[in-house]
Amino acid sequence: MTTITRIAAPSACICSVDAVTDPQTPPVTPPVAPPAAASSASRLLDPFAVDPALGEWRRVSSRYLWVDLLGGLFGTVVFTAISSIPFWLSGVVWLLVIPAVVLVTGLIIAAFVPRRVRAIGYQLRADDFLVRRGIMFQRFAAVPYGRMQLVDINRGPLDRALGLAELKLVTAASASNVAVPGLPMADAEALRDRLVELAESRRAGL
Amino acid sequence: MTDRAGARRFVREAENLADGEWHRLHPATPLLRGGFAFVAIVGFVIANLRERILDFFVGGRPAYAGGGDPLDLIVERGLIPLALLAVLVILLIVIAIFWLSWRVHSFRITDELVEVRSGILFRTNRRGRLDRIQGINVGRPLFARLFGAARLDINVAGHDANVQLAYLSGRNADALRHVILKLASGTRDAESRARDAGATAPEHDGSLGGIVSQRAREFLAPEYSAVHRDAELAPTSVVAMHTGRLLGATVLHDRTVIFVLLVITGIVLASLAHAFFVLFGVVPLLFGVGSQIVRRFSRSLRYTIAATPDGVRVGYGLLSTSNETLPPGRIHSIEIQQPLLWRPAGWWEVRINLAAHSDRQEGGRRTSTILPVGSRAEVFAVLELVFPEIVDAGVRAHLEAGLSRATPGDGFTTSPRRAVVLRWFSWRRNGFTLEPAAVLLRRGAIWRSLVLVPTARMQSVSLHQGPLLRMLRLADVHVHTVTGPIRATLGALDAADATRFFREVAASGVVAAAADRSHRWAAHPATPTSRTLSGGAA
Repeated sequence: MTTITRIAAPSACICSVDAVTDPQTPPVTPPVAPPAAASSASRLLDPFAVDPALGEWRRVSSRYLWVDLLGGLFGTVVFTAISSIPFWLSGVVWLLVIPAVVLVTGLIIAAFVPRRVRAIGYQLRADDFLVRRGIMFQRFAAVPYGRMQLVDINRGPLDRALGLAELKLVTAASASNVAVPGLPMADAEALRDRLVELAESRRAGL
Repeated sequence: MTDRAGARRFVREAENLADGEWHRLHPATPLLRGGFAFVAIVGFVIANLRERILDFFVGGRPAYAGGGDPLDLIVERGLIPLALLAVLVILLIVIAIFWLSWRVHSFRITDELVEVRSGILFRTNRRGRLDRIQGINVGRPLFARLFGAARLDINVAGHDANVQLAYLSGRNADALRHVILKLASGTRDAESRARDAGATAPEHDGSLGGIVSQRAREFLAPEYSAVHRDAELAPTSVVAMHTGRLLGATVLHDRTVIFVLLVITGIVLASLAHAFFVLFGVVPLLFGVGSQIVRRFSRSLRYTIAATPDGVRVGYGLLSTSNETLPPGRIHSIEIQQPLLWRPAGWWEVRINLAAHSDRQEGGRRTSTILPVGSRAEVFAVLELVFPEIVDAGVRAHLEAGLSRATPGDGFTTSPRRAVVLRWFSWRRNGFTLEPAAVLLRRGAIWRSLVLVPTARMQSVSLHQGPLLRMLRLADVHVHTVTGPIRATLGALDAADATRFFREVAASGVVAAAADRSHRWAAHPATPTSRTLSGGAA
């Protein structure tokens, strides 16, 4: 749980264009956890819990919550409707169990959306881009700037309505699959330009 | 013409081909490209007219079996001149199209790129950057081989992104490969000219003369090594493939064993249950998988791997051959694995991930298997060949440990005991070591495997933990490399070890990538390749 509160810490802001810190300048050092606590803290996975070079995770816009929530609820409604087809066709009442289960599962997932959105974080370190996603299924990924082949900005209809965008990094490895959803459009563009600039300055072969 | 002068002439010719101007391909190209179709049509015609042709030559009276045969109709109605004219016109049109397609099919090679343009109605134009070359393959399908022609596949990073020069004369193809790789390596021009002047052509057996014997020799030779001007570097394979061992390895390979078991099950089911329809499933399987196994076997019969000045060269094929040169730093990861039944014999199979993929099935097939079967010593020979800068004494010890049973203190950080729930047998072996220039991942107790990823090639790294793993305080790590048969992942590690892995691999990847210069691998005199090159010429 500590990890989540760390991300939710008030200092972790959505920074404006100007505030995208230069990765060359050392980030503000957060309180370093004593090494003794490391092994006990490793139960909750945070690879940078004891890393003195840790920068603060930047959070995505809280508006992204609505994108995720509405998308999830839409999916839930569709799946509930599809799974109730056996009931409508046969009229057997206990077949209603299937859509009920789907609905409840969807609602439970939806209930976790705010926490999941808060768990999305990224940071620009000196030489690589770091992304984290998920609470139940956590994933941390590090992409060296020199390895980026291109940077995508994707915007769905909900994203556009809320002025958000998804930033996606493409490397030569299809498994990298690193994306940061829910960035305000201006931030996404600034971040993209910054990343492209960094990738150019550290251009490496494949 | 002596062969020495000949070899020099071919290199000069190839250098002329790489002068940045547009050049045309081998004149027989359209014929060779449409080779099988052409042979099939001729064969069909001959088979149908066989009796008639025999009659014509023997002089017997043609037996008019009945009407309806168009040829009889033509003869009866005296339309022979017209028919001959029609055939002639069709032939002329075909030849004109062939000639035109040959005219418009041209290529050029400059210091920066290789470009091919072709097509009469639908024009295509393809360009590849030389510093993105992942490998060059000289493929010689059987039919082209008879004509002494070869195809040059220049693989550029990306899915099916190869620039193909098909066809060139065989000697030109090999010389051109040498020249392209030299341009791509970033060797400075003056330097290479000086070396060329000092270099001599290798001595050859000059007693064979005439086109037929030359063809025969080219057919038998694994490659046109005459163009390698440094006789020292006339590449010798570091692994000799024995037919008996290859046969044994093919028979004992998992895929053969599974295949045989499936066939036996099918036959037993069919005879016990009198369900003969099962055979309908078995027969296509027999043909499909069986032919694949046989093809792998025959491809590997004349397997060679050798160091050349331009990189590692892997040769395959019996009738249709392919010869792929991989410049340094093009191998993104390597996996050494052992099918279950190979363990008593101590055989291993080595596969690689490459950034370029071409999906063609013919002779120029990509080699993702870099060693079909080899002993431990041969595996190390191959590893030293492909990663000379990584495999030093310390790494060697770890590689040895990676191929054996796990012992405490063998340098690998392994899964903790509680991982036994997820890795029943392999939790002792399942582990990693971090070398200065590479990551080693060791997996599997029954099917042993060892993955090596050079950190300079790693694209990104990630760390995963789901609810089950969190309960067990475990985590998975993935090292991402280009797409290929190898997945460099390791599951069920202690969470603290996994985070350490993530942190250190992320950091060392950045350092290694910044220091990496292999996209122009000979541009710095300090690199091992250029040392070998000048050493060989001296």
